[in-house]
Amino acid sequence: MIRVDGIHKSFGKVRAVRGVSFDAPDGKITGLLGPNGAGKSTTLRVLYTVLKPDQGSASIDGADVVKDNLIARQRIGALPHGAGLYPHLSARENIAYYAKLCSIDKAELDDRTDNIIRLLEIEDFADRRTKGFSQGQRTKVALARALVHDPQNIILDEPSNGLDVMATRSLRELILKLKSSGRCVLFSSHVMQEVAALCDDICIIANGQVAIDDSIDGIRERTGRDDLEDAFVQAIHMVNGE
Amino acid sequence: MIRTTITVFAKEIVDNFRDRRTLASALILGPIFGPVLFAFVINLSIERSLDDVERTMELPVIGQQHAPNLVRYLESRNIDIVDGPADAAAAADAVKSGANDVVLVIPEDFGAQLADATPARVELYSDQANQQAERDARRARSALYAYNQELASIRLSARGVNPLLLRPINVDDVDVSTPSGRSAMLLGMMSYFFIFALLMGGMYLAIDATAGERERGSLEPLLALPVTRDQLILGKIAATCVFMAFSLALSLLSFYFVLKFMPLEQLGMTPNFGPGVVLAAFLLLSPFILLGAAIMTLVASFTKSYKEAQTWLSVVLIAPTMPILIVSILTLRPRLEFMFVPSLSQHLLLVDMVKNEPVNSLHVVISVVSTLIFGALLTWICARLYRREGLLG
Repeated sequence: MIRVDGIHKSFGKVRAVRGVSFDAPDGKITGLLGPNGAGKSTTLRVLYTVLKPDQGSASIDGADVVKDNLIARQRIGALPHGAGLYPHLSARENIAYYAKLCSIDKAELDDRTDNIIRLLEIEDFADRRTKGFSQGQRTKVALARALVHDPQNIILDEPSNGLDVMATRSLRELILKLKSSGRCVLFSSHVMQEVAALCDDICIIANGQVAIDDSIDGIRERTGRDDLEDAFVQAIHMVNGE
Repeated sequence: MIRTTITVFAKEIVDNFRDRRTLASALILGPIFGPVLFAFVINLSIERSLDDVERTMELPVIGQQHAPNLVRYLESRNIDIVDGPADAAAAADAVKSGANDVVLVIPEDFGAQLADATPARVELYSDQANQQAERDARRARSALYAYNQELASIRLSARGVNPLLLRPINVDDVDVSTPSGRSAMLLGMMSYFFIFALLMGGMYLAIDATAGERERGSLEPLLALPVTRDQLILGKIAATCVFMAFSLALSLLSFYFVLKFMPLEQLGMTPNFGPGVVLAAFLLLSPFILLGAAIMTLVASFTKSYKEAQTWLSVVLIAPTMPILIVSILTLRPRLEFMFVPSLSQHLLLVDMVKNEPVNSLHVVISVVSTLIFGALLTWICARLYRREGLLG
């Protein structure tokens, strides 16, 4: 369960996030939708605690992302935008490194790693060094790495970027699997169709503010548009004061 | 806490041992560069000093038949007399073209002039602009002067005059330097090679800790893990230290073997660099490892990219030479206050050890403690900087 309450974040003069609030409940997929530069990544970075909000607060399963950031991080599996691997380590070693850093016991380590490798279907290249992996392979390993400690909350920043059709499909299946096991999944995207196909709730962000935060049907109703893309554009116009 | 740091440390070691670039700079470039350069310089100076005395040189002589005694004398000075070009004009051409370095011409009337006790003329052709050729010419010239002196003495003796009258002053050079002391001048530069090798060994790890991880995109997910940033940076600095220690040990060993196989005695040098001194030098230099690892990580953390980090770190590679250079130019003796300066204190103490002079134990203590304090301070600053948000770039 992720709760965001009025966070602000500026970088110098640029006000990237200006009072974003939303909830991402367990057992549901929440999409953070918005055009490029809307403040999606900054919001997510605050949630996985690499940035501190200037104002407002956020919590992961009740743990404040600033005060209890270590506890909050324990409850999160994060896939930052463009996450990189260690090219001299094999996929398995990359995953095991994160497992160890998440304090997984030696006894459990191999089982956990094997399980996550199977779950993400990366057995074929698990023991190869990750140098020269395709974007799809890299994303899968990065995702496996983020999930190895079995976190309750999963934060994905534009996970489908650079993925081909097959890879996108298996990513979608994985996200649905996580949802059905009661996890809280929060992911950002600028692709309308993707969000529409997966999400239970959508939070549309533009200009660092929440334009609309509702279920898909709710968004259609409130914007008066049947087509989601039109609804999206309408919502962004609303926040820009038109 | 400590387990996480060990995990990071172990991963960095494995990761970097698989990286050819890191390995090359840690195992080859740093440790080999110094000894090879050193062997080259030493061999050059040995070759030079051996030249004048031991090597037989060839001297083409025109008109050998006019001065059989002179020819015999030259041969006794380890100079091989060979037939020269046809005549004086040909000799000048041969020297000009470089076919001969030096040619001696003995004119026909040499014997007659000698008998008359008028100055007997010989011509020595050489190209004084050619330094290499000039060495042989100098040797021929000094042999001719010596023959000249000898003839003069014989003539004076024959006339009942003591030839020593021609030497009112006798200058005797007394060299008080010990063989080990003479080595120290040349070996003075080796302390820098050790520091250089040490820093090279950890350079790529230091870059990787911040700029490298950031550029690869692996920093952000790492920071999102349930570990503190202090744990991460300490593990990384520890791994950097291990690579630096490894490089340092290798460069000491390679120096040890290079010195063993070099004929330094011929230069009148016997450096005190046995296994005991190698070990002592390692212990003496090891406090510098923490300092080196911390300062390289610190500098790299300010840079925006891998390339930029490399540029700045090459400046760090040179920085430790500065105090050494200043003290060498001013030829200052070790003093208490110098021992507070890292790199300088190690250099001065190492020179004393190599010279086989007693090493002041207070100096050693100050050097070790002050270098460690500097290292700890810089490590602390690194950890502080690793906590800031700007780290992500």
